[in-house]
Amino acid sequence: MCLAVPGRVLDIEDRDGTRMATVDFGGVVKEVCLEYLPDLRVGEYAIVHVGFALQRLDEESARRTLELFETLGLLQEEFGDPLEAQQ
Amino acid sequence: MKYIDEFQDPDLARRLLDEIRSTVTRPWALMEVCGGQTHTIIRHGIDQLLPDEVELIHGPGCPVCVTPLEVIDKALAIASRPGVIFCSFGDMLRVPGTDRDLFQVRSEGGDVRVVYSPLDALRVAQQNPDREVVFFGIGFETTAPPNAMTVYQARKLGIPNFSLLVSHVRVPPAIDAIMRSPSCRVQAFLAAGHVCSVMGTGEYPDLAERYEVPIVVTGFEPLDILEGVRRTVLQLERGEHTVDNAYPRAVRPEGNPAARAMLADVFEVTDRSWRGIGVIPDSGWRLSPRYREYDAEHRFSVTGIDTREPAACRSGEVLQGLLKPHECEAFGTSCTPRTPLGATMVSSEGACAAYYLYRRLDLTPAAASDSLEGSAVV
Ligand code: SF4
Repeated sequence: MCLAVPGRVLDIEDRDGTRMATVDFGGVVKEVCLEYLPDLRVGEYAIVHVGFALQRLDEESARRTLELFETLGLLQEEFGDPLEAQQ
Repeated sequence: MKYIDEFQDPDLARRLLDEIRSTVTRPWALMEVCGGQTHTIIRHGIDQLLPDEVELIHGPGCPVCVTPLEVIDKALAIASRPGVIFCSFGDMLRVPGTDRDLFQVRSEGGDVRVVYSPLDALRVAQQNPDREVVFFGIGFETTAPPNAMTVYQARKLGIPNFSLLVSHVRVPPAIDAIMRSPSCRVQAFLAAGHVCSVMGTGEYPDLAERYEVPIVVTGFEPLDILEGVRRTVLQLERGEHTVDNAYPRAVRPEGNPAARAMLADVFEVTDRSWRGIGVIPDSGWRLSPRYREYDAEHRFSVTGIDTREPAACRSGEVLQGLLKPHECEAFGTSCTPRTPLGATMVSSEGACAAYYLYRRLDLTPAAASDSLEGSAVV
C-alpha cells in the first residue's frame, strides 16, 4: 500500500463530476483520480498512490522506476489481492 | 560488493559509493524515515555496501506498523458487525489485534474486502445502499489526501452509508519526538520522498534548525538512497544542517497544493498514539467537525475495548531505531511473517519483516527456506 507507482495516462473522463483517468502501470491498467493533478494530459506520467495521481513525473524516470519495480516483483505486491493469494 | 550488480545502474552506484567513502572521516548515524526505504536498503544490501562509518537506523515510517492496537481492535469490532462491509488495503488484514486479525473476522463470516483505492470502497457503498460500508483510513501524508477526497466525494454525492475509520499519522512530529528522546542517536534524516510530494519541504527547515540535523528528502530506489546518503554525509562532514531535496523529480518545495488544501478542509491535527511508541502530540489527523458524520468511530460507538500488546514484542524500540530487529529474542523464532507477534513483522514495509525476508545470513536454515517462500521477489 505504501508504494507509489508511476503510470501513464491512457484516457481521461469526467465521472460524477470527478476527473478520472485510465492509467497504465507497465501492463496493469487501473482507474486513477486526477483531482489532485487536474492538468495532467493523456500520454503524460504521474506518481500514483492508492488510486490518486499525486505528482507529475518525466517519462524517462517513470520508465526506469517501472522497470525496476517489475524486476523486483513489486507491481504484483502492490496490485495483487491478498485474499485471492490466501485461497 | 555482492549485491551491486543488481542495481539498475551499477556504475553510477559504484561512483556514489566511492564518493561516500572518500567523504566520510568519522562515524555517522542516519535515520531513513520511511519503511519503503528500509525495504530497499535491506533488499539491496545497501547498509552492507556503505562504509562502516555510515550506520542506517530504521525509522517509524510504516503506517501499518504504527497503527495503534486500539484502532486495530476497533476495526475488528466494526468489521464483525452484521450489515457492515469493511474495506481495507490488503496489508492491514494480518495485523494482529488483541486476540485476532481481519482475516479471522472474514473467516468467521465478516464481510471484509480488500480495495486498491479508497474510491473503490466508496463505489462498494454506492452499490450496497442497504449496508454500512467502512473504509480503514490509515497512512501518512501520502495516503491521507486520497482518503480525504473520498470523504469529500461521499458528502458531495450524498452517500450516507459510507464512513472512515481514521488513523492518519504525520511525519514531522515523529521526527521531533525522535530528536527529543534522551537515547536518540540520530544525526541526520533521509526524509520520505512521497510524503514530501504531497506536503513539500516547508515543514522541515524548522526541525533542521532546532535540532541542528540535516534533512535530505530521498526517493525509494536504490540509487535514490545512495544519493540521499551521499548528500547527507557531505552535510554532516561540513557541519551543515539544511533541508536538501535529493528527489526533485517527484518533490516540489510546495508539494501538491490541491492535496494540501483538501487535507486542511477534511481533517484536523490531533494527538495520536503510535503502536509501540505511545502518544506523540499533534502527530495525526482526524476528521474535522464538518465531516464528523463520516467518522466510523462516531457512527459505531466502539468503546470499552481491552487492548493487550504481546509482552515479548519490542517493536516500539525497533520503530524508534533503538533496537535492530534481529536483536529481538522472538525474531525468527516465535515471531515470523507467518506467525507475527508485532506489526513490524506483519507489514511488508516493516523493519522486522525486511530483516526476516532479505537478511538470510541471520537465519537458521529452516527459517531461511520459510522466508524464500514468503517473499515475492527471491
Ligand atoms: S521480531 Fe517480532 S516480536 Fe520482535 S520486535 Fe519484531 S515484530 Fe516484535
